[in-house]
Amino acid sequence: MTQALVGTSVKRKEDPRFIQGRGKYVANLQLPEMAYIAVKRSPYAHARIEAIDTRAAEAMAGVLAIFTGQELIDSGVGKLPCGWVVPGCKVPTRWPVVPVGDKVRHVGDSVAVVVATSPYIAEDAVEAIEVSYTPFAAVTDAKRAMQPGQPVLHDDIPNNLSYTWALGDRPTIEQALSASAHVIKLDLTNQRLIPNAMEPRAAVAQWNAATEEMTLWTTSQNPHPIRLLLSAFTLGIPEHKLRVISPDVGGGFGSKIFHYPEEIITPWVARKINRPVKWVASRSESFVTDSHGRDHVTHAELGLDAEGHITALLVETWADHGAYLSTFAPLIPTAFYHCLLSGLYKIPLIYGITYATLTNTVPVDAYRGAGRPEAAYVVERLIDLAARKLDLDPIAFRRHNFIQPEEFPYQTPVAMLYDSGDYNRLFDKAQELSSYSELVAAREAARAQGRLVGIGVSGCIEASGPAPSKVAGALGSAVGFWESSIVRVHPSGKVSVLTGSHTHGQGHETAFAQIVADQLGVPMEDIEVIHGDTAAIPFGMGTYGSRSMAVGGSAIVKSAEKVRKKMLKIAAHQLEAAEEDLTYDFNGGGVYVKGSPSQKKSFFDLSLGAYTAHNLPDGLEPGLEEQAFYDPANFTFPNSAHICQVEIDRATGEVSVQKYYAVDDVGNVINPMLVDGQIVGGIAQGIGQALWEYGAYDESGQLLSGTFMDYAMPRADVMPAIHTARTVTPSPHNPLGVKGAGEMGTIAATVAVAHAVMDALAPLGIRHLDMPFTAEKVWSAIQEAA
Amino acid sequence: MTAINVVVNGKSYTREVEPRLLLVDFIRDTLSLTGTNIACDTSQCGACTIHLDGQAVKSCTVLAVQADGSTLTTIEGLANGKLHPMQQAFWDQHGLQCGYCTPGMIMAAAKLVEENPEITEAEIRHGLEGNLCRCTGYQNIVAAVAQAAKA
Repeated sequence: MTQALVGTSVKRKEDPRFIQGRGKYVANLQLPEMAYIAVKRSPYAHARIEAIDTRAAEAMAGVLAIFTGQELIDSGVGKLPCGWVVPGCKVPTRWPVVPVGDKVRHVGDSVAVVVATSPYIAEDAVEAIEVSYTPFAAVTDAKRAMQPGQPVLHDDIPNNLSYTWALGDRPTIEQALSASAHVIKLDLTNQRLIPNAMEPRAAVAQWNAATEEMTLWTTSQNPHPIRLLLSAFTLGIPEHKLRVISPDVGGGFGSKIFHYPEEIITPWVARKINRPVKWVASRSESFVTDSHGRDHVTHAELGLDAEGHITALLVETWADHGAYLSTFAPLIPTAFYHCLLSGLYKIPLIYGITYATLTNTVPVDAYRGAGRPEAAYVVERLIDLAARKLDLDPIAFRRHNFIQPEEFPYQTPVAMLYDSGDYNRLFDKAQELSSYSELVAAREAARAQGRLVGIGVSGCIEASGPAPSKVAGALGSAVGFWESSIVRVHPSGKVSVLTGSHTHGQGHETAFAQIVADQLGVPMEDIEVIHGDTAAIPFGMGTYGSRSMAVGGSAIVKSAEKVRKKMLKIAAHQLEAAEEDLTYDFNGGGVYVKGSPSQKKSFFDLSLGAYTAHNLPDGLEPGLEEQAFYDPANFTFPNSAHICQVEIDRATGEVSVQKYYAVDDVGNVINPMLVDGQIVGGIAQGIGQALWEYGAYDESGQLLSGTFMDYAMPRADVMPAIHTARTVTPSPHNPLGVKGAGEMGTIAATVAVAHAVMDALAPLGIRHLDMPFTAEKVWSAIQEAA
Repeated sequence: MTAINVVVNGKSYTREVEPRLLLVDFIRDTLSLTGTNIACDTSQCGACTIHLDGQAVKSCTVLAVQADGSTLTTIEGLANGKLHPMQQAFWDQHGLQCGYCTPGMIMAAAKLVEENPEITEAEIRHGLEGNLCRCTGYQNIVAAVAQAAKA
């Protein structure tokens, strides 16, 4: 098999529309007679709604209707479900719009819905609605939330404790720790982050009264599961009468996985008033309604024997879930967290427990990495402190404890079975790329001059492409984690590829086309990748967890293989040859007789022939379209070695990242340009967490970082140049040999930068600070240490 | 309502607008030129950057009535028979992923290079600090601007 577009940096097929302003984003849709929704939101973090007076708003010219929560409930709208319920989990009641008499539980909770002829009028009317509240004290701290005497959010959930989840045997681990030569103890927080995809969420709905069919355009990473939730739990329109379309989506990073109130409200209103309606979040709304990420408080202990081998790990975490359980919230600080606590290392004994608490804050769910960055941060902080304690180079200490290449597949004590890896080779490459020993020498020289220069190292593992469905079900998932595909060869030989994965920046339209081009030997321009429409695609699980290439790509390979098989059958019949005497032409498409390329049926001939059906073997169905559902045997386990250098301005505390080197092993690579793009973009988000980003609440539950002025995301002028390289250790269990590439950069960069900052501050005797390392925090720490 | 006249991408439009209508909403909703995106409400992200009388402006921070009599270029009007060098460079250098910040980024960058053809990497980074991108880490955007500057 050749052609080999796979492995090359093909320029993106999707770009011409984006660079010319032709992106098909939801907010761009304009339909005749469109009405506009604006949502009245709670200014309080915790309050009972006593009354809502809509009279003044209703009287305004251009206001079509105003709805409150009870009207939705009375019409049969259901509660928002949780899609991942762990054992013993108490799921709080969450209505799309909070009804009068019930409580709002975070700033931004929905209180009423305005429908008007223009978005400006809808906003005016929102301001004219009078809501009477009885405010209550709020709780915004994960750990304090479960202490006695704290405000309780939901009457049926005592101590605000939704569930506890534990893995391992605590007494055994405690015993091993007490028998260890050294024990590294650390209390840390992994602060709340706000995903902030550049496109705010939006929804447009159109009701067809004649056919009683609803079309919903929504900014989702996974339109099929959203349709399922709308049908089965919230909106109540059956799946075969509900079409959900996620066209171009402007970034997700996890935040657009979940089922949100507005994608229930919008179609509900469209049917109610029998007009197309549009809702578009303002950025201020996004900050207080999009699910947030991270927000862990953790105590951890790592044991070492006298030779510096790790003996045991204990991790205790309080995970803030916010006011309600967002769609996949309980997955994140459980299976996606504790099951990654072995990192790259041989750790014989691990115990972990999570207390999942509810607070008067925006719900917390998956954000790029989702549980895995939290795990990597805990493990790697301990590893770094352990190396420091033993006075060893951080890379040397890591190597001392690595899982070795011959030990794969490697069964960790925390359920995961690592598929493949070569961590020594990974770090060889990282040391070479970064000229590590020169970096260290330069740091020593800088220190001798009194400068605060630090080098940070991270070695991280990710579990990407959640799998298999059977295990997910056993762990609490309400959905499976397979993916679907259809490869449809048209009579003219052009190819449509339908995928249940969803692209919102990743470049699937290009990468998936590269795969099919190689699989069928046809040109890229003859292939179109179609995604994001429940009316076109049979069913699909969408895109998250770095799953699309490993799972969605593999499903496409399976469909393409079936197409080739059918073409071989047709060609064998038409060439009057045995199938085993024929070979597929990967360089131009079609089938020829082995050793006699001129005796050939072209791709076009076979495509057309499959549809004319004039000359098909007996019993073979006409048409040339194949479908596959691929349920992977396991996660894939990408891994990374990142090294960076920072310098801290002693006078201001400002941290600047001066050098950044990233070596990632994501298995085989379909398009290096796209993979590098994922890695570098991910690193930016990781640096953002380490240095600037913080979803900060005050004690009354007001979000203090609710605009781009206060929530500091990386900008062009503060980002370093990033040098990337790869090692390739293919995954043995998917047909492409690929591993996930979407989240590794984020996971690794937070750790690497944190370690560099701590390394820079180490000469001052500073052992640990919590992120983000803002100038103010670092400056204060320097003053205290002096 | 106030009547305004603007020339957008070479075409003249006269429309009645509310005095409070933001220029970006005028462009998107009144003229149906939806290539210009909105990503914040505090003038912090630059997604809505267009050219107004030869200057790059954030069109969320201008009222439509203030643009009366002006000449505007939006992302839809940047290509002139073939892609503008900045558009081409963004494509060549993989300077975009989700594409949402891209129109504003390209409009800001095009003006930056026009004003400073010898632009350095540091100047590019500084010049684009008013435009947020959440996908790319800016690296390929900076490379794209450098390519376009040489074009």
